[in-house]
Amino acid sequence: MSSLTDLSAAAAAAAVNSGEIDAGELFEAYRERAAADDLNAFLWVAESPASPSDGPLGGVPLAVKDLFCTEGVPSQSGSKILEGYRPPYTATVVEQLARAGAPLLGKTNQDEFAMGSSNENSAFGPVLNPWDRSRVPGGSSGGSAAAVAAGLAPWALGTDTGGSIRQPAALCGIVGLKPTYGSVSRYGMIAFASSLDQAGPFGRDVTDVALLYRHMTGAPDPLDSTSVGHQHEIALPTAERLDGIRLGVPEELSGEGIEEGVLARFRETLALAESLGATVQPCRLPHAPHALSAYYLLAPAEASSNLARYDGVRYGLRKTDPAQPDDLLSMYTSTRHDGFGDEVKRRILIGTYALSSGYYDAYYGRAQQVRTKISEDFAAAFADVDLIVTPTTPSVAFELGAKTADPLEMYLNDFCTVPMSLAGIPALSIPCGLSEGLPVGLQLCGPAFSESRMLDAAYALEQAIGFQRTIPEAS
Amino acid sequence: MIDRDQVLHVARLARLRLTDEEVDRMAGELSSILDHVERIEELDLEGVPATTHVIEVGNALRADEPRPSLPRDVVLAAAPATQDGGFLVPSPQAG
Repeated sequence: MSSLTDLSAAAAAAAVNSGEIDAGELFEAYRERAAADDLNAFLWVAESPASPSDGPLGGVPLAVKDLFCTEGVPSQSGSKILEGYRPPYTATVVEQLARAGAPLLGKTNQDEFAMGSSNENSAFGPVLNPWDRSRVPGGSSGGSAAAVAAGLAPWALGTDTGGSIRQPAALCGIVGLKPTYGSVSRYGMIAFASSLDQAGPFGRDVTDVALLYRHMTGAPDPLDSTSVGHQHEIALPTAERLDGIRLGVPEELSGEGIEEGVLARFRETLALAESLGATVQPCRLPHAPHALSAYYLLAPAEASSNLARYDGVRYGLRKTDPAQPDDLLSMYTSTRHDGFGDEVKRRILIGTYALSSGYYDAYYGRAQQVRTKISEDFAAAFADVDLIVTPTTPSVAFELGAKTADPLEMYLNDFCTVPMSLAGIPALSIPCGLSEGLPVGLQLCGPAFSESRMLDAAYALEQAIGFQRTIPEAS
Repeated sequence: MIDRDQVLHVARLARLRLTDEEVDRMAGELSSILDHVERIEELDLEGVPATTHVIEVGNALRADEPRPSLPRDVVLAAAPATQDGGFLVPSPQAG
């Protein structure tokens, strides 16, 4: 007899809606698991469902990354500067999913302000990877990924700015989708880099991810002027074969700098795709090697502007300088010194530098031009192929502490995921096997708004790969 | 390369106090990051337009009609200090 939490989210939703299982019992089963979390994946767990279970998502509870504003519930973006902050409103996408029948289960740990690739930049301590607790789960949405991988949540929301959904999905052996920029409302997401930030789903399998995403997108949100929604309803995947699908392999993102175990699983998956009828062919993304450089100018520049709001005036932490307790400027600088962690300080400084007088054209302006070249590369590649495939990450999950001393080395984790973010196109990661006993991720990406096609191809591959989540039970 | 004085200048612009130890460490770390990102200087980008938005959209205009915003007391409830229905801060004239 399998337990309620063994069901996939889609199967659980169907079972609730057909009356086979009780939504309240399902919520309680996950609530107990989330409350007993020993991975530090959850920062807050709900006592009971706050929204009704009727709706297509059947009351299947949802874990939500800390940076989504949830009314009356801690929303801290992993930062000390927002410790204990309970916002007076809820993010559009969280509200939309609650209306569709997915009540809030809890808020998950993350790198501070989504800046990081290991979840070690959280003010509330690192998250442990359920496959090996001495290793990182990836980041920045590490809590959401670890919670889904360990079965503490059926599915979860994350955000992806340069890889923050795809990279932790890969390192935790689950599925994660970064949707087309603008297809999901950003209203109520605590901002990192507004031209790149996008909310997306995590699930145990491709079907769960497709089902959740279907209810995240739709009509444009009047509260987010960059939101465009999706013209067509997202289809649930059914493909068994890949006949006629042309998969492009960019040499720039599938060779140098990627460890051998990851490349081996990648090549095996390509062979599997061919056996399902796909054509696998080389393609070129000539500017992709410069994507990381452009990203680490643009994202910090936007962050330095977005994070200017944390000044100790309206919400969050306030610190005064004991030497000058009555001085406004020193209140600002003390609050920001004490409230922000090292990585956030680094990015604020780089971003401010890149935007400062005399440097703007050489850094920010040039990076925006590189971004155009990267979009053009993808457009040219998609003239000859339907989807592009790469490894999601250069390595499997690394040891806690292994990369904290060298910020640049940490940034290189995002090498394969950043180009799609700069182009605003959708990309997802699915598990494609193990290396050294740890999950390896395969990344698929397609043109803007091609999510349904991408999810279908990912589903066919998923069935053929037959990945087993054989992680030790979280107890 | 970015030196101590530049770090201090940028920190002032960003309203960020740094300890002496942080200034030294940041100068080293930011220099190595900038060395890497400066590789985009190698590219010929003459005449390439800058990306301002990744998805093609027209102007998203809505009717300019008043609608309710959050009640004042709800907003003030999250503030570190308030007085007379406003945010209370130290004087900008002091110091």
